Amino acid sequence: MSNSLAIETQDLGRIYKLRGSRKETRKELVALEGVNLKVERGELFGLLGPNGAGKTTLIKILTTLLSPTSGWARVAGADVHAEPESVRPRINMVSGGESSGYGLLTVRENLWMFSQFYGVPSKEANERIEALLAMVGMKDRMHTKSSDLSTGLRQKMNIVRGFLTEPDVLFLDEPTLGLDVGAMRDVRRFILDWLKADKERTLLLTTHYMMEADELCDRVAIINKGKVLACDTPTALKQRLQKDALFEIQVSPLNGLTQQMLVDQPEVTKATLTETETGANLSLSLVEEAALARIINLFTQKEIQVMNLRKREPTLEDVFIDLVGRSMAEEEKSGSSE
Amino acid sequence: MQPTISWRSFRMAAWLGWLIESNWTDPFLFAVYSIVKPISGAAILVVMYSIISGGNFDNAMFPYIYLGNAFYIYVGAVMTGVSWAVVDDREHYKTLKYMYIAPIHIPLYLLGRGVARFVTGSIAVFITLAAGILFLNVKINFAEVDWLLFFVTLILGVVMLALLGLLLAGVTLTVARHEGFIGEATAGALYIFSGAIFPLDVLPEWLRPIGYFMPTTYWLELLRRSLIGNVAEIFPTLAGFSNLEILGVLFGLSVLFGAVSIWVFRYCDAIARERGLIDRTTNY
Repeated sequence: MSNSLAIETQDLGRIYKLRGSRKETRKELVALEGVNLKVERGELFGLLGPNGAGKTTLIKILTTLLSPTSGWARVAGADVHAEPESVRPRINMVSGGESSGYGLLTVRENLWMFSQFYGVPSKEANERIEALLAMVGMKDRMHTKSSDLSTGLRQKMNIVRGFLTEPDVLFLDEPTLGLDVGAMRDVRRFILDWLKADKERTLLLTTHYMMEADELCDRVAIINKGKVLACDTPTALKQRLQKDALFEIQVSPLNGLTQQMLVDQPEVTKATLTETETGANLSLSLVEEAALARIINLFTQKEIQVMNLRKREPTLEDVFIDLVGRSMAEEEKSGSSE
Repeated sequence: MQPTISWRSFRMAAWLGWLIESNWTDPFLFAVYSIVKPISGAAILVVMYSIISGGNFDNAMFPYIYLGNAFYIYVGAVMTGVSWAVVDDREHYKTLKYMYIAPIHIPLYLLGRGVARFVTGSIAVFITLAAGILFLNVKINFAEVDWLLFFVTLILGVVMLALLGLLLAGVTLTVARHEGFIGEATAGALYIFSGAIFPLDVLPEWLRPIGYFMPTTYWLELLRRSLIGNVAEIFPTLAGFSNLEILGVLFGLSVLFGAVSIWVFRYCDAIARERGLIDRTTNY
């Protein structure tokens, strides 16, 4: 393995054995399958996928919390399963959307305690705590009991806990989940500032917010149903679709027009259709811009009025639709109903 | 493993455990609770004994029961305290996964969490003993107490109980439901089979071997003997053994149970990693 790699996985897989009732046979759930990733030192690497895609399972394996059922993974040069003691001093993790921490301790006490578990000298730990809390705008809350913090502030405290030990590799699992817009912005800025301060620091971020992945990550792996479908820079991923012309169209009621009818048109490479109270919103991917005229003609035949039309640049959501065949929201819905 | 990792795991866990245990908003309430709870527990036994014995507190059975019950507080406090840290951190504070990914020694962390329970347990034992001596005619002649035997036995027993707590912590890691009751159920079972409030001879013959295999049986016997030496002469269970022999048995069983506990914890820890149970919250 090259020394420049912070994370490397090879054919990594994880199967959960689900317990049913006594009469039922055990079912198996494939959470990860054949995952091959190489993350360079200094990279901000994103894992993008819907809920249940396998992102958290992958983070749990990489942070030594869970054993893989196949393949291997190395973090900071050490095998996560065979040498967890070598991995742990060099990593840290923050999970979003949860209110972990000892509510009866103050913010400073919570953070100081974790710094001591990592062997950070007490004086240095206190200096870091003060500086990091100032960066996330929580310095005035240092002596507040963490049970008295709002969910957002508690999450910020946990984010500081992750950064406090200055890990070589930091895992952020949905760090902005449940935060308001302002707090999200603060956290994203904080992440970028932290990485900028030391080029050797590596950060693996999982998110199901497309914009977050696009804005923050050097490279993104799109993951769904336990498999990595694509891995590249956000720009390169979007360029895959650059050959297509993308249109957002708002129309009056559809008068019998279906998504399948649109997909059946030879010029249409992808189509999603969402019905609204006043009509429908269409997202079309066309082989060429000129093909739009034929689509408009189809609308005219069905007596459908075009109320708004916009050409747009491809996003990571389009990349996901291109790879999976449906949007991330639709994939989450189908996953939860399966 | 570096000794500094072991020490910081234990030290910080003890610090955290103490903050949790002493986290009473009202110190007066904390003091009342610390006094009332152990005395109430002892009072129930005293009343029961009084009814059965017709108020004969001069019988040697009374200090046998009273001292056994008083020192049994350590079983619930230390053993359950260590295993309860898993439930507390995983379910309540949701921090167990962060402890697991930190460069610490998890068994020592859990043992450290038991230190505070040992301290609060010691306070409860002291209060119970003091109440017995001052108000209930429990006769302890301090000039005749074998202090060396007492402290050696006490320390050995507390270490043994902490290691048993580690065994329960391992089992707790792998259990999804009712994990909160594992410690209490085990402490309850040991209460019957350790000669805490009645000699093992009272049990049916086929159940007695369980008691003979429990280190807590020898631990309680030695604590009683160190404080009131005449107990062995009155109750035949272990009368044929000298203090040194019982101490040897206690030491041997403690080493055996300690080794089994460490093995069970490691095994359960590996199972928990395989099944993804370390960060599971059940909200039970």
